[in-house]
Amino acid sequence: MTKSELIARLAARFPQLVVKDADYAVKMILDAMTDALARGDRIEIRGFGSFALNYRPPRLGRNPKSGDKVQVPEKYVPHFKAGKELRERVDYPQ
Amino acid sequence: MTLTKAELADLLFEKVGLNKREAKDMVEAFFDEVRLSLEGGDGVKLSGFGNFQLRDKPQRPGRNPKTGEEIPITARRVVTFHSSQKLKTAVETTPRGSVQQF
Repeated sequence: MTKSELIARLAARFPQLVVKDADYAVKMILDAMTDALARGDRIEIRGFGSFALNYRPPRLGRNPKSGDKVQVPEKYVPHFKAGKELRERVDYPQ
Repeated sequence: MTLTKAELADLLFEKVGLNKREAKDMVEAFFDEVRLSLEGGDGVKLSGFGNFQLRDKPQRPGRNPKTGEEIPITARRVVTFHSSQKLKTAVETTPRGSVQQF
């Protein structure tokens, strides 16, 4: 499913709204989630999962082309952890 | 601070002009549709944010960390998330105070 398919499915669930509303709502939700992570905040969606940042310490890397050593600075990367309900629903029936 | 469904609904009420009921339902529906797609075995690509993919993991040996007893970890299907370059860059380049971990 792509973002435009998601918008179409949401629009179908809210016949009283125009497609533009669903489109704008999806954009707002994703922007708010991006902004939260960029601020260093967590995101917790019950039944779905949580997003947080993982720390990557500075390290000595190499330029794969020239073989030169380069200092790679510390950084944070987004990490998603599926919630219990999503995990169980996606898994094979036990 | 933690972003939750309640804050997202407030945002849709204030910025998109949905009424309170619609805003709350829209946020529920958003995550419900993503979940339904994944449940049906179809990954979700949200351009500019990231992709949710499904991975089938074979059975592997494990052990009970308390007792040391060997028990197989059964084959399973799991969700993985890969952030888009845009999200990675936003997270890397924005200065922040404290970062909370899991």
